[in-house]
Amino acid sequence: MDKLILGRYIPGDSMVHRLDPRTKLMASFYYIAIIFLANNWQSYLLMFVATMVMIMLSKVKLSFFLRGVRPMIWLIMFTVALQIFFTKGGHTYWSWGWLAITQFGLTNGAFIFMRFVLIIFISTLLTLTTQPLSLADAVESLLKPLRVIHVPVTELALVLQIALRFVPTLMDQTTKIMNAQRARGVDFGTGNLFQQMKAVVPLLIPLFVDSFGIAEDLATAMDARGYQGGDNRTKYRVLKYHRSDVTAAVVMAALTGLLVFLRA
Amino acid sequence: MDITFDHVSFAYQAGTPFAGDGLKDISTTIKGGDYTAIIGHTGSGKSTLLQHLNALLKPTSGTVTIGDRQITPETNNKNLKPLRQKVGMVFQFAENQLFEQTVERDIAFGPMNFGVPEKDAKALAAQMVKLVGLPDDILQQSPFDLSGGQMRRVAIAGVLAMQPEILVLDEPTAGLDPAGRLEMMTMFKKLHDEQGLTIVLVTHQMDDVADYADRVLVMEHGALVRQGTPREIFADPDWLRQKQLGLPKTTAFAERLQKLGFTFDQMPLTASELADDLMPQIGGGDLG
Repeated sequence: MDKLILGRYIPGDSMVHRLDPRTKLMASFYYIAIIFLANNWQSYLLMFVATMVMIMLSKVKLSFFLRGVRPMIWLIMFTVALQIFFTKGGHTYWSWGWLAITQFGLTNGAFIFMRFVLIIFISTLLTLTTQPLSLADAVESLLKPLRVIHVPVTELALVLQIALRFVPTLMDQTTKIMNAQRARGVDFGTGNLFQQMKAVVPLLIPLFVDSFGIAEDLATAMDARGYQGGDNRTKYRVLKYHRSDVTAAVVMAALTGLLVFLRA
Repeated sequence: MDITFDHVSFAYQAGTPFAGDGLKDISTTIKGGDYTAIIGHTGSGKSTLLQHLNALLKPTSGTVTIGDRQITPETNNKNLKPLRQKVGMVFQFAENQLFEQTVERDIAFGPMNFGVPEKDAKALAAQMVKLVGLPDDILQQSPFDLSGGQMRRVAIAGVLAMQPEILVLDEPTAGLDPAGRLEMMTMFKKLHDEQGLTIVLVTHQMDDVADYADRVLVMEHGALVRQGTPREIFADPDWLRQKQLGLPKTTAFAERLQKLGFTFDQMPLTASELADDLMPQIGGGDLG
């Protein structure tokens, strides 16, 4: 669990860090969408260069991004292998029964690989440079239009923010309870499936009980501080677009234009 | 059973970009039968050190020797159970570890994990409940119906039921009322004196250190900065304050008296020592 990079935030003060979280969220989704526009060497090269420039602008070490790819590497390799072996067309380099390595297969495999890596890089970039709470703010702000159709956006945002806030707390608590039970002779992660499931009970029950306790205390504390819910609250962290956000939008538009021009 | 640390270092999340220091080059021995207190500022690595005492954490470098078992960075996680039974751990806010349907089953859980038959484990549970000062009829209740203080006692009983040779306590009295605290600390002292249990106590209560401990380890930023008897440690108030640690109330009071002209051969640690030192100086007769 410690080795997971995706979803972590690394404090910093770069151009990317300072962007409005809404911009970053929308731009990431948009960027992932336009990656699918790329369909030849030139367009993939363009996306690759663009991604690298963004990573450099964020001043986060490249090794973090490579680590982000690592947990996914088997999925990527599996998909790439499927592409290589099952795509027919072009020059055939090797074949055995219905398996064949062809020219189209190789290029398709390479493209799929690029696509995976770019998508992981860009989502890692989003989470590495944006605080989870800012992301929650961004989601709230972007969902606001849905209030028209009676979606309880502020409540959803509150739930999201509380959930994000308590992820590390609950992780800590999990480690603590696990250690306490290990000290009492529980073996986690050994034995057959049934034994392993049984070992989880002394972890899950205290964790649930603890969560109920936290929820009750938190609700009481919120009540005592005058929280009544609803939309009539003011905000402490007010999101504001700056000039750099406009630049980001322009860059995205320019990228799209270039892509459309370059794709076959 | 002794526990020896030989140049032990530990880093959290070693090998990742988030690596953080836990312990730095710790060498010390916790002797069997001793009552050792570990003190230090919050975040000084006390709890990290504790988790090395029963191999919940393994050193990143160096060796921990627990009894006749050596724990090195290469030790694998199998066959640690006998070790864990000998070193009982009471974690901070131990009440969070309760999960069974009844108090009896929760206390019996530890021993049963170490192969004690159910019948014997339940007999142990009844015995332990008495030891921690809870009424017999609590055995069949759900642990979640109890008060916070009672839950803490049940959790401690659950650890004691494993009949460890070494009892490791991480702030066992945090959040308890004064009467509960005194009762708990007296119980641990009794276990130490009567059953020869080795006790390792992490605490911020300097009074407890002065009253109970034979030996004190002072931690700062993951390093062991001083070790000795309570008298040696508390003899240097300025140094302690510099480490953001305090003095026992009695010693602090004696220090103020010293500035008013009273003299002490060595700083008194407990109220009765202070009284003995003061009587001749204020012209009173022998108390005895």
